[in-house]
Amino acid sequence: MTNLPPMSSTGFLRWVWRQLTSMKTALVLLFLLAVASVPGSVYPQRGVDPIKVRDFITKSPTWGPILDRLGFFEVYSSPWFSAVYLLLFLSLIGCVIPRVGVHFRAMRSAPPAVPRMLERLAGSREVTPTASAEEVIGAVAGALRKARWRVVSGPADSPTWVAAEKGYLRETGNLVFHVSLLFVLSAIAIGGLFGWKGNVIVREGSGFSNTVTQYDAWGGGRYTNAQDIPPFSFTLDKFTVDFERGIAQRGAPRAFEAEMSYKVDPTAPVERRLVEVNEPLSISGAKVFLVGHGYAPLITVTDKTGKVVFDDAVPFLPQDGSFTSTGVVKILDSTPQLGIQALFLPTAALDDVLGPHSTFPGPDDPALFMSAWKGDLGLNTGKPQSVYRLVTDKMTKIGLEQLRPGTSWKLPDGSGTVTFSGYKRWASFQIAYDPGKEIALIFVALAIVGLTMSLFIRRRRVWVKVVERDGVTVIQLAGIMRASTFEDKDIGALAEDLDFVEQALQVAGVARGIEKEQS
Amino acid sequence: MSPESLARMSNVMVYSSMLVLTFAMFAFAASFAGGRRRVNSAAVESTRNAGGTAVITKAVVVTDDPGRRASNIGISLTWLAFVLLLVGVVLRGVWAGRAPWGNMYEFSITAALGVLAVFLIANTRTDLRWLGIFIVIPVLLTLGVAVTVLYTEAAQLVPALKSYWLVIHVFAAIICSGAFTLAAATAGLSLVRDRAERKAGSDVELTGALVSRIPSAERLRSLTNKTLAFAFPLWTFTVVAGAIWAENAWGRYWGWDPKETWAFITWVIYAAYLHARSTAGWRGNKASLIALAGWIAFLMNYFGVNFLANSLHSYAGVGN
Repeated sequence: MTNLPPMSSTGFLRWVWRQLTSMKTALVLLFLLAVASVPGSVYPQRGVDPIKVRDFITKSPTWGPILDRLGFFEVYSSPWFSAVYLLLFLSLIGCVIPRVGVHFRAMRSAPPAVPRMLERLAGSREVTPTASAEEVIGAVAGALRKARWRVVSGPADSPTWVAAEKGYLRETGNLVFHVSLLFVLSAIAIGGLFGWKGNVIVREGSGFSNTVTQYDAWGGGRYTNAQDIPPFSFTLDKFTVDFERGIAQRGAPRAFEAEMSYKVDPTAPVERRLVEVNEPLSISGAKVFLVGHGYAPLITVTDKTGKVVFDDAVPFLPQDGSFTSTGVVKILDSTPQLGIQALFLPTAALDDVLGPHSTFPGPDDPALFMSAWKGDLGLNTGKPQSVYRLVTDKMTKIGLEQLRPGTSWKLPDGSGTVTFSGYKRWASFQIAYDPGKEIALIFVALAIVGLTMSLFIRRRRVWVKVVERDGVTVIQLAGIMRASTFEDKDIGALAEDLDFVEQALQVAGVARGIEKEQS
Repeated sequence: MSPESLARMSNVMVYSSMLVLTFAMFAFAASFAGGRRRVNSAAVESTRNAGGTAVITKAVVVTDDPGRRASNIGISLTWLAFVLLLVGVVLRGVWAGRAPWGNMYEFSITAALGVLAVFLIANTRTDLRWLGIFIVIPVLLTLGVAVTVLYTEAAQLVPALKSYWLVIHVFAAIICSGAFTLAAATAGLSLVRDRAERKAGSDVELTGALVSRIPSAERLRSLTNKTLAFAFPLWTFTVVAGAIWAENAWGRYWGWDPKETWAFITWVIYAAYLHARSTAGWRGNKASLIALAGWIAFLMNYFGVNFLANSLHSYAGVGN
């Protein structure tokens, strides 16, 4: 167990640092990191789905706010999660940086001289020389150097021993791995600080130009200049969707294709590209990803005088795999204000349990089920409202109706008509710029290389000594494995190295075959 | 061949493989039973004669071991099951006209194939016959769940899966599933064996059917370590390949989707394992427990996330 900390303040700091950089602390922090990651897969996360978080908090009024305050809905940016990984990286720095210096010196220093009693080492061997000690040592040293061992021999005037070491790359790999992780974390930070990301829904035939105001949602890092994002623009010319019609996985998506025309800047020529899932559009360093799609029913509303007060394709949000979609129309320009809450069903069905719902995501039998409201939309209060939600607090329901494409509904109180003339499709795009991702990729690749080196390269030492015993000259061969991961005595690998030395001796013609093997 | 007959052939192959594996399981089980009887009788003999040393007792067991033939039969049957399953998976791919990794049924039969492959290949390098039963049982369970709960007719891929990264990322993940399972088996056995060794005081006097037939706890831990030293860089690659693919499909390389989160948790636990192996006081049973925890996180990622969590990776295709 650990000792009590000493009393002096520098001593105390040193004690803290030693604790933090110990392997046991690293282990504990790794466990904590694993455990701290779990809640993020259990509770909805704001960064992924803010609506689900809101619903969760509404549904559990006691625990919701408590969990919220504790950061359970933003686990990966919560103080406790950050504390764990920052401590882990601090521990890593404290552990790895000193090792860099030690390793650098070790790589430049000569392998340690021969132990006195080679025959006591496990797996040691003896062979009989057929040449002088000098020739034997020269042959061994040459062969080992050629095989990229670090070699010293001595004594200088008439050498009788060779010491060789190999596998320094194991520690190099280990250090490369750990240092690379630091760079990966930095790359993630760069992406977070200087990158940006936005989502936008674009209807077929409509366009988008890359300014923050055109996004449905946009977020930039602390040092991102929102005024300075590249001025590209694009139009969604055509959007094609195909669904599985067979029995197996019926309704599963089979193809999304967005035919796009785009301009790098307002004066650039128009270019065309087919954008698909897995086939994003790269433009001015940013990437445009196709992430979703849905329907936008064409709705026209006239007021009681017959004047058209609304005429647009309204994007509806899909609620299930069969694209039962919900949407809202808000009409401010009529008196009183009108509101429509609607369900768009691409393949309509109605039953007692599910109510109106869609049975297939393709538009085989589209219908619009809706309720009309009149009164005050509540948009003048200054309180922000979702465009996908109708606040009916100050409104009264006029009636319910279902429409097929090309049909109209005369509102029962005479306040106007609603026409459902068809639908368009919309596609949603995620547009992202992450200046850190290439750096992250480079260092993650380095990390894998380093990791593999550190796990598969074995550091070992080999000694060869020419000794005279009872008037007989023998060559002693021995070695040790210096590895922490394969700390079990890997005699097999050592034997291979000794075989190599023995073979080199025979090839050079300075020794006979094995005569005695010690265990 | 018509698509329907391809489908039927694929299913027949998977079922045949399960049947052969069942026989392999009996063979491996018999090898344990056989070994036990012999150990007991040899031990009795040596004490009665009062001359047999521990070394001699052991030599008797090793040279004249009735369990040996049974375990050889088990290995042969496992190879046969592997070939049948391989044909089944390939036919499934031919039927679907793509890599056979489009839904959980296909992942599962390929993962079972991966576990068998890793075990059989490892067995050619070092004798792992004693491990057979602990590999065959989880593989049979996986296949059983696959053909009953997870079975899905082959269909085309959803657009998110249409990428060559499917082949790279999933192939690496499947090899990892094999290695992790192997490591979990040896880690679990090392705990059992370690307990028995402690109780007996020396590993020569072990007489239990199970513990006397498996290698020493130290050797089991070493096997676990070697398997995980191979699997950990590969798992790192799997996660990175997944991140590159995610960047290409969804516009971010890491988004803490439940699948990504559990892949990360699995990675962190196995990283802890490797650290534990070079930390005094953690090398033994604690490290083995961590290896088991890593495997549980891996399974959680495979089954739990697909069924429980609302993940972008929900490609199970079950219930559709």
